[in-house]
Amino acid sequence: MKRTGAEVFIECLYNEKVEVIFGFPGGAVLQIYDELFGSEIKHILTRHEQAAAHAADAYARSTGKTGVCLVTSGPGATNTVTGIATAYMDSIPMVVFTGQVPTPMIGNDAFQEADIVGITRPVTKHNYLVKDVDDLPRVLKEAFYIASTGRPGPVVVDLPKDIMSAKTDRPYPNKVQLKGYNPTYSGHLGQIKKVAQEIVKAKRPVLYTGGGVIISGCHKELLKLAELTRIPVTNTLLGLGGFPGTNPLFLGMLGMHGTWYANNAITDSDLIIAIGARFDDRVTGKISEFAPHAKIIHIDIDPSSISKNVKVDLPIVGDAKNVLAELNKELKQLKAPPQTRDWLTKIEQWKKEHPLKYNKKSGKIKPQFVVEELYRITKGEAIITTEVGQNQMWAAQFYKFANPRSFLSSGGLGTIGYGFPAAIGAQMGNPDRVVIDIAGDGSFQMNLQELITVVQYRLPVKVAILNNRFLGMVRQWQQLFFNKRYSSTCIHCAPDFVKLAEAFGAVGLRAEKPEEVAPVIEQALNTNKPVVMDFRVDPEENVAPMVPAGGALKDMILV
Amino acid sequence: MRHSISVLVENQFGVLARIAGLFSGRGFNIDSLSVGETIDPDVSRMTIVVRGDDRILEQVMKQLNKLINVIRVVDLSKEEHVGRELVLVKVVANQRDRAEILSITDIFRGKIVDVGPETYTIEITGDENKIKALINLLVPFGIKEIARTGRVCMGRGSKSIKV
Repeated sequence: MKRTGAEVFIECLYNEKVEVIFGFPGGAVLQIYDELFGSEIKHILTRHEQAAAHAADAYARSTGKTGVCLVTSGPGATNTVTGIATAYMDSIPMVVFTGQVPTPMIGNDAFQEADIVGITRPVTKHNYLVKDVDDLPRVLKEAFYIASTGRPGPVVVDLPKDIMSAKTDRPYPNKVQLKGYNPTYSGHLGQIKKVAQEIVKAKRPVLYTGGGVIISGCHKELLKLAELTRIPVTNTLLGLGGFPGTNPLFLGMLGMHGTWYANNAITDSDLIIAIGARFDDRVTGKISEFAPHAKIIHIDIDPSSISKNVKVDLPIVGDAKNVLAELNKELKQLKAPPQTRDWLTKIEQWKKEHPLKYNKKSGKIKPQFVVEELYRITKGEAIITTEVGQNQMWAAQFYKFANPRSFLSSGGLGTIGYGFPAAIGAQMGNPDRVVIDIAGDGSFQMNLQELITVVQYRLPVKVAILNNRFLGMVRQWQQLFFNKRYSSTCIHCAPDFVKLAEAFGAVGLRAEKPEEVAPVIEQALNTNKPVVMDFRVDPEENVAPMVPAGGALKDMILV
Repeated sequence: MRHSISVLVENQFGVLARIAGLFSGRGFNIDSLSVGETIDPDVSRMTIVVRGDDRILEQVMKQLNKLINVIRVVDLSKEEHVGRELVLVKVVANQRDRAEILSITDIFRGKIVDVGPETYTIEITGDENKIKALINLLVPFGIKEIARTGRVCMGRGSKSIKV
């Protein structure tokens, strides 16, 4: 049956079971928006295309489904680039549809023309410009397939206006055929047996696990592995939620602002088992002194992650869920009793020696205290989004996540302005859960226009602003490494966040003393409206402990 | 060390840009890159000459493999292979030097493919050393222009790189 390109587009959304898309209309996507008007697909109109991309990203992170974003050509498309790059760095399945000028005008510097395929090539898993409507059904199918399989990532599909009104009778395919794309899902059994042998032999092993655990959904297998072998677990930032934050085997986060004991454990370890993590520079510190005594095992679905930064002794390419299931089976057969008792005792001692801490008697609201109260009151069950910087690190350190897909944060790219639009996507995907954006006053201002989006769609998102009137993390670095010269980081000239919230039709609340923190949080959680909480925190509080840039993990500054 | 990598790719627009972007974005050094259609018009074959140690080469191969349009990647430097480059050289050839240039070209099994009143254009194929030697001999006559294809490579014997 002949359908227009725009009709094929809607057919694709139904076939791929897309329930909600995030976008912003414009001239080049008028046909698509006209088709959407009568459809059952929910469309969330953000007030900036960057926010649409972040919302689609967070929808994907919090649900495991592919996030979808739709924008117009030119500036609409270029505004999504930060959101696409954010998703790319963190391996998030997302499909971004961009309008394009009609095919005969491409290359003419037409009104609202941008070569978005060229611009996004280095920040997408793959991208397409559809030049023939007969290719459209195949390209749409491939886009969703590529985005969500293997190591996931964003895919951009550029849709010229004339293609959306042209007609085709090509059916929407059931399967894809890609000669050059065939991800490896099951791990090599011989390698898995070798890994089991190494685990049984190890005296000071550590499980170092990342976002891959969340993506593959292997948190149960990981818990089983850790409890079976009595091996302590440390998470990367993106790995948080992949292992219960309250489990005694948990070491918290490692790396630059990780715990002292997690970094110590890595440095003293004789076996690192990396699962779905990529040895990022914020994790390893000085690479030549990273885990100097350890054999390194690396389980990852992306072969190019293996031996990229750190030389790996035993690699396994495959989906972590399959690999861990096989590994647990193998370990059970070996029936070797765990030998980590002394190791765990030592780690317990480290935990007591230098726990995460802050001054609880200052009389001021400490930002860490706000995060602890959020944790206590939500029992670790909320979805937390963050911006980037101090707010992000405090959230990572002091909120003990009970479940995977609950901590949404821009890890790789480090995008401030991510958290608030991300909360929109997370709330759309999880209408029954509490969604809280832990923000800074600086970062919240980067996408605060979305307040009207949460009001319009009645999304009860809560924003907890740790308001220190600084761009805090940059200020911290200036304090420590630039002789307290606070160049462009002092933002005392700020809006009244309570009035601002009210102007948008949301609820604004403020806490200025420690005893006001819990009542404000409780009041916010007891309303089903969007709420902005303005916590006036100690302005020059620092994130501690800290590995200075380029330093080794063992050289952590405790402060 | 220099490596010659054969890459089979889908013959579509934008594939060359993806590969060039991959090399520039990750800071890999390309010495030369040549590309042409294979017997299957949907597939092109590239030969990329890249410089780097084993670690860099491992990343180059893996990153190339990661591109959706890349079908196969083989490092031919790891096996016996034939590598050739085609070069056109326009050299100043006045009456006095013509005979000598002709005999040099003959010795190198080159061909004069164009004759002008004051120039010869020489076509030569061969490996890097042979081409370098010929060019060194032609420099004293005055080289006006030079165009090179970059290296193309193929493994020796009956084995072949297929989709």
